[in-house]
Amino acid sequence: MTHAISVSGLVKTFGRTRALDGLDLTVSEGEVHGFLGPNGAGKSTTIRVLLGLLRADSGTTQLLGGDPWGQAAELHRRLAYVPGDVTLWPNLSGGEVIDLLGRLRGGLDPKRKAVLLERFELDPTKKGRTYSKGNRQKVALVAALSSDVELLVLDEPTSGFDPLMEAMFRESIEEEKERNRTVLLSSHILSEVEALCDRVSIIRNGRTVETGTLAQLRHLTRTSIQAELATTPTGLAELPGVHDLRARDGHVQFEVDTAEIDGALRHLTSFGVRSLTSQPPTLEELFLRHYEDDLK
Amino acid sequence: MSTLVGTGSLIRLALRLDRVRLPIWMLVTVGLVLATATSVADLYPDDASRKQIAATIGSNPAMSAIYGTVYDTSLGAVVMWRLAIVGALMVTLMSIMTVNRHTRQDEEAGRLELIGATVVGRHAPTTAALLVAGGANIVVALVISAGLAGQGLPVGGSFLAGFAFGALGIAFAAVAAAAAQLAENARTVTGIAALVLAVAFVLRLVGDASSVAWLSWISPIGWLQQTHAYAENRWWTLVLLLAVAVVFTGVAFALGSGRDHGAGLIRSRPGPPAASASLSGPFGLAWRLHRGSMIGWLAGFLVLGLMFGAIANSATDLVKDNPQMAEIVEQMGGQSVLIDAFMTAILGIIALVVSIYAVQATLRLRSEETAVRAEPVLATGVSRWRWAVSHLVFAAIGAAVMLVAAGAAMGLAYGISVNDIGGQFGNVMQAALVQLPATLVVAGIAMALFGLAPRYVIGSWAALTVFWLLGQLGPMLRVPQWLMDVSPFTHVPKLLSDVSAAPLVWLSVVAVALMAAGLAGFRRRDIG
Repeated sequence: MTHAISVSGLVKTFGRTRALDGLDLTVSEGEVHGFLGPNGAGKSTTIRVLLGLLRADSGTTQLLGGDPWGQAAELHRRLAYVPGDVTLWPNLSGGEVIDLLGRLRGGLDPKRKAVLLERFELDPTKKGRTYSKGNRQKVALVAALSSDVELLVLDEPTSGFDPLMEAMFRESIEEEKERNRTVLLSSHILSEVEALCDRVSIIRNGRTVETGTLAQLRHLTRTSIQAELATTPTGLAELPGVHDLRARDGHVQFEVDTAEIDGALRHLTSFGVRSLTSQPPTLEELFLRHYEDDLK
Repeated sequence: MSTLVGTGSLIRLALRLDRVRLPIWMLVTVGLVLATATSVADLYPDDASRKQIAATIGSNPAMSAIYGTVYDTSLGAVVMWRLAIVGALMVTLMSIMTVNRHTRQDEEAGRLELIGATVVGRHAPTTAALLVAGGANIVVALVISAGLAGQGLPVGGSFLAGFAFGALGIAFAAVAAAAAQLAENARTVTGIAALVLAVAFVLRLVGDASSVAWLSWISPIGWLQQTHAYAENRWWTLVLLLAVAVVFTGVAFALGSGRDHGAGLIRSRPGPPAASASLSGPFGLAWRLHRGSMIGWLAGFLVLGLMFGAIANSATDLVKDNPQMAEIVEQMGGQSVLIDAFMTAILGIIALVVSIYAVQATLRLRSEETAVRAEPVLATGVSRWRWAVSHLVFAAIGAAVMLVAAGAAMGLAYGISVNDIGGQFGNVMQAALVQLPATLVVAGIAMALFGLAPRYVIGSWAALTVFWLLGQLGPMLRVPQWLMDVSPFTHVPKLLSDVSAAPLVWLSVVAVALMAAGLAGFRRRDIG
C-alpha cells in the first residue's frame, strides 16, 4: 500500500520555541486518518509544513509522492485544504469564494456543490464578513468537498458546528471514504475521530506518542467492567491487570487491562454472573492517559 | 450614564496599545510644524519680503489654491500660511487613524466583542477613542503653541495657531467616530473620513483660487486660515471647529445607540451565489480586491488633474516682475520655465500621492497574509510567485494608470484653457509619466520588505514619509545633497524640455531589483 503522507523526524522551530520535535506521521492512501493532540501540540504546524507554507528545519516529508516545499503548487492541485480558522474576503459572497477556491484547484463539481450547499444549509449569497465562524467553515468545507481531489486535509473542520451540522459532516466524510479518498482529519472532537477514522496518530509537544488503528490503541489500555454476581466475589483484586476495584455485596466495578480481560471474566463467572456490562475504553480515555503527565 | 461605564479602562488600554505610534506621530507633527516655522522666518526675514510674497500669492490663483491666501504680512501670519497644509494633514490623519483603530477596527476584528461582554457601556469605546485622540490633539496644540511662542512670535497668535490645529484634529476625530458607526469595515471608515478631508481641502482650494470665496468658509480646513492668527486673532473660529466636533460626536452617539454590535448603517447587500467567469484565477481575485480602491483613487486623480490643469495658466502671469515668486517655484521643483515648474511641482505632489496607493496596494499582500486569507489560496494550485505577482501587478499598473489619468486630465484642462490641446497634452502627459519610475521604487521598497522582512513592512510608510518631507522641506531647510539623493523623487527630471533618460532608466532598474528581491525572499520564507 502506498502512502499519501509520510513524515519522519520532522523538526520545526520558531525562534526558541520547538513546535515540532521529531514528529512522525504516515497516512496510507484511501484511509481516514485522525490527527489528535491538544491545543499547541503542533497539529496545525505539521499541516502547514505538509502544505509547503512552512519550511521544515529537518526531517523528511513526502506528500502524494512529492516534496511539499519544492512542488507545492503542483501537489496542491491534487488536494483540498480546510484551515482551522477560516477567514473570508469581506466583500466576496460565500458562493464566489467556493467557486474561486475550486477553480484555483482546477475545477469543482457543480452538482456536488449544490448538494453540499443544501446539506449544510449554507446561504451562498451572503458576504464574507456577515458569516458566523461555523458558516465560514462551511464555505471552506463545501469548496473542499466539491473539488475533485485525492487528498483532503482538514484542520479542525467542525470546531464551529452544531450537532446537526456535525452529523452532516460525518455523512460527507463517509461518502469521501467510499470514493476512496484519503483524509487527514485533525481534531479534538474525539467522538468524531472515533466514528470516522481508520487510524489515529496522537501527538504531544511536537512528537508522535501513539499511532495505529483504534483496535490497536484500545489493546494498550483498559476495559471497564460492571457486574452483578450471585455471591460476593473474592480474590478479584489479586488478578493480574485489574485496577480500581470497587465491590459492594454482589456488585463489582473495575477496570482491566484489555490483554487480561479473558482471565478476569473467567474468574467472575465462578461467582454466578447475573448481569454484565463491559465498556471498551473510549478514545477520550486513551487521549487523557497520554496527557495525564501534563495534567499532573 | 451607564453607557459610558468602562471608558477609563478603555482609555488605558488604548494608551497602552498606542504607546509607540501615537507619541511618534505627535513628535513628527510638532517637529514638522516648528521646522517649517523656522525656515519661513529665515526665508522672509523682513516686512518687504513678506509683502512681496503676499502680493505674489494673492494675485496668483494657482499658488493660493495650493497654499491658501496670505491674510497678513506679519511674520506669524506668513508662518501660519505656510504650515497650514502640513499641520492640517498631520493632525487630521492622526485623529482618523487613532479613532478608527479603537472603534471599528477593533469591532470588525471581534476584539470589541470580547471587551463589550465585560462591564463596558455601549458608548464607552467611542468615548474612549475620542478622548484619546482629543488628548493627543490638545498635547500637540500646546507644544506647537509653546514652540511658536518660543521662536519669538506673539504669544496670543501662537496659542490661537496651535489650538486651531488641535481643534481641527478634534473635529476630524469626531468625523471618524461618526464614520465608524456608518460602515461595517474599517477600510470603508478610513475611506469616508478621508473623503470628508479631501472634500474639505478641495473646497478650501477652489474657494481660495476662485472668486467664490465662500467655499473656503464651508471648509474646516479653510477655517484654519480664517483664524487670522497673528493678525486679528479671531478666536471665535475655534468655536466653529469645536461645533463640528460636537455635532459629529452627537451623530456618532446617536447612530451608536440604535445599531447592533458589528453592524453598520451601511448594510452589506447579498452577493451573487456563484462566481462570475472573471473570478477564476489569482489575477481575477486580485482584481476584485483592488478594484474598489483603484476606482476611488482614479476618480480622485482625475478631479485633481482637471483642477490643477485649469488653473495652471495663471502661474505664468507673474513670471516677469516677481523674482521672489520664481525662487519659490524653483524650490518646489523646476528651474527655468515657470509653467513647467508649476506642472512638475504639482505632478511631483501627485506622484507622492500615487505612491501612497502603490504602497497600499503592495502591502495588500501582507494584510492578506496576516488575515490568513493568503493561506487557503496558496494551498491550491497557485504558486507563491503567481500569487505575489497578482497583487504587485495592480500596484505597478495601478500607479501607471493613475499617473496617466492625472496627466491626461491636467493636460486636457490646461490645453483647453490655453486653446492648444494638441500642443500641450503630450507635454503634460510626459511630465506625468517621468514620475512613474520613482513611484515604482517606493512600491519596490514595500515589496522588498514584504519578501525579506515581513514584520517591518511599516518601514515602507516611513520611507515614503521621509521622501515626502525631503521633497517638501528639504530645499527650504537646506538639507545636504547626499541626503536629498536618498529620495527617488529627487532624481526625477525637473524640466520637460530637457528630460534625460539616464535617471529614469536607473530608477526603473532599482525598482525592478527591489521587486525581484522581494519576490525571491517571499518564495523562500514561511507564510504567516
